[in-house]
Amino acid sequence: MAELTYREAIARGIAQEMRRDESVLFLGEDVGAAGGVFKGTVGLFEEFGPVRVRDTPISEQAILGAAMGAAMTGLRPIAEIMFADFFAVCWDIVANEIAKSRYMTNGQMSFPLVIRSGNGGGLRFGAQHSQSVENWAMMIPGLKVVVPSNPRDVIGLMAAAVRDDDPVVFLESKALYPTKGEVPDGEVVDALGTATVLRQGSHATIATLGLMVPRALAAAEELAAGGIDCTVVDVRSLIPLDTQTILRETSATGRLFTVEENPRVLGWGAEVASIVAEEAFYDLDGPVVRITTPHIPLPAADTLEDMALPSVERIVTTIHKAMNS
Amino acid sequence: MTTTEASPVHDVDFKLELYRSQVALRRFETRAYDLFLENYVKGTSHLSIGQEAIAAGVAAAMRPDDWTFATYRGHAHTLARGVAMTPVFAELMGRANGLMAGKGGSMHLTSVEHGVMGSYAIIGAHLPIACGAAWSAQYRGTDQVAVVFFGDGTVNIGAFHEALNFAAIWKLPVVFVCENNLYMEYTRTSEVTAVAHPAADRAAAYGLEPILVDGNDADAVYAVARTAIERARAGEGPSLIEAETYRHGGHSRADPGKYRPDEEVALWTSAERDPVSRYRARLLELGVEEATLARIEADVEVEVDAATEAAKAGAAPGEDLLMKDVWANGGAEWRN
Ligand SMILES: Cc1ncc(C[n+]2csc(CCOP(=O)(O)OP(=O)(O)O)c2C)c(N)n1
Ligand SMILES: [Mg+2]
Repeated sequence: MAELTYREAIARGIAQEMRRDESVLFLGEDVGAAGGVFKGTVGLFEEFGPVRVRDTPISEQAILGAAMGAAMTGLRPIAEIMFADFFAVCWDIVANEIAKSRYMTNGQMSFPLVIRSGNGGGLRFGAQHSQSVENWAMMIPGLKVVVPSNPRDVIGLMAAAVRDDDPVVFLESKALYPTKGEVPDGEVVDALGTATVLRQGSHATIATLGLMVPRALAAAEELAAGGIDCTVVDVRSLIPLDTQTILRETSATGRLFTVEENPRVLGWGAEVASIVAEEAFYDLDGPVVRITTPHIPLPAADTLEDMALPSVERIVTTIHKAMNS
Repeated sequence: MTTTEASPVHDVDFKLELYRSQVALRRFETRAYDLFLENYVKGTSHLSIGQEAIAAGVAAAMRPDDWTFATYRGHAHTLARGVAMTPVFAELMGRANGLMAGKGGSMHLTSVEHGVMGSYAIIGAHLPIACGAAWSAQYRGTDQVAVVFFGDGTVNIGAFHEALNFAAIWKLPVVFVCENNLYMEYTRTSEVTAVAHPAADRAAAYGLEPILVDGNDADAVYAVARTAIERARAGEGPSLIEAETYRHGGHSRADPGKYRPDEEVALWTSAERDPVSRYRARLLELGVEEATLARIEADVEVEVDAATEAAKAGAAPGEDLLMKDVWANGGAEWRN
């Protein structure tokens, strides 16, 4: 066991895979000697050299096009899109090309690649550097989407993503970079499509993801003190989605709350709520409630951003009110 | 048969094969047009009639393990790599015996087995993707080359510029072939482009030599393509070729192309400019017998007829294909 930051776990996860497999390459802006703008890839350039860890120009379409072309010809590239907001300038390659080409070619091509990106708010960066875009990716058939919430999962899910033969969008919650967690020694390998139950309770279930996981856990502690005992499910993988765990944990408590960082409309929780409504309706004791950022661009000022993102306090009061009405 | 000075690098047999290839592309495309009018080909279709010398000439300079990246106007580029006509016709018709069993359609022809690494329908998208394949060849040391075809209108989209710079800085083995047929869909590219030669005039911006070639002369196309491909294979980096040509018909479907002046169409479709007629005349001049050419043409005719019938005989794709191959495990499941 060692204690690592989420940021250190990124480099360790990538290194674990690059050591194992020469076909794994890594490219992006400022990722080489500079170690990434978030310092998430420090040490990779030194260990693997400039041929396998490549700095690129500010050309997001070229970065992802290069990853796609490399993947279709047998490599397993990891590409970095510095801020997830920048997906907007290369979305064609993601949504039209990478996601669809296996299907369109009747299975002639494979795209074993990972696109990792700093996602979400909490750093007071304003509307163009703080978006939580996991629903952009999850609504495109052909993309897998994971969002780790802790250092161990960063490594395990990175390994799973790199080893998977499908394209995986790997979203790192930027505000979690400095957070710490225990990581086992040796190789850590996880499975995509597996949610984890982080806390078991009997009154309500919270399904959450990424940056919202520690907040949901903190809220659950407060709620427990007030007599509401919550299960907390870290969804981790949006596509594939571990529906069975969510349904099971929802049926066990009879209530489901989603805590989502994304703006309200069509956030991942909407899909989860709809699945629960269709498949566990008769196990519910009350409506599914979604706790999200309002449907607004994220403001920059710390006070405003804190009002926008679901906070521990908002989670507590929302659940408390719903459970007592 | 004689070898002439005009063909320093190849003999008449090679030229006859290049002629056969161009005739095959021409006859395939005219048949595809008929099939569209007869409603066998649904949706859309973009023909290369008038541009065959480029697809044929470049393909002749490629090694079997080199890669082609084509556009929605990609029937010719796909066939030129040796893909049979039947699966291509069948794909256009949405049949189970299609190249991708009907799942891609006319704009996405792909045959990995033949190095045809996809046809792309979003303008410019495939230029960076071709760079990625070239990067892979460079990393693995396979000395394969990626060749990417695109139109004159494509030089104004960002992906073109990102890809050119990327290929130049990493010295990637990729050959960019701009088929300048003067038009985008319905607008002259010159009306919306800052430079006279859409690709060649941009080459300097990426540290590349401007290369302009008569795209209606298969020998000339072959020669520049060979040089560029050899350069790429030798590790000397990318090339950008602008091949000047013309599409005889409209942009897509049954577009009559009325936005083009009559004299311009007459000039480019004349026997002197049309690549197939020109090449035929050249071969006759070289002493090839009329009967030899007629035999090639007759053989192609038979091939096109047989492929048309075989494609038409294909079944409609079954429901089993609908949920297949979203993922590498062959399925479409996104949840448990
Ligand atoms: C990004 C994007 N914008 C617009 C289109 C619509 N479109 C399809 S073909 C075409 C014209 C392209 O012209 P050019 O690059 O000269 O190729 P050509 O069709 O002449 O071969 C356009 C605008 C598209 N497919 N993708
Ligand atoms: Mg054009």
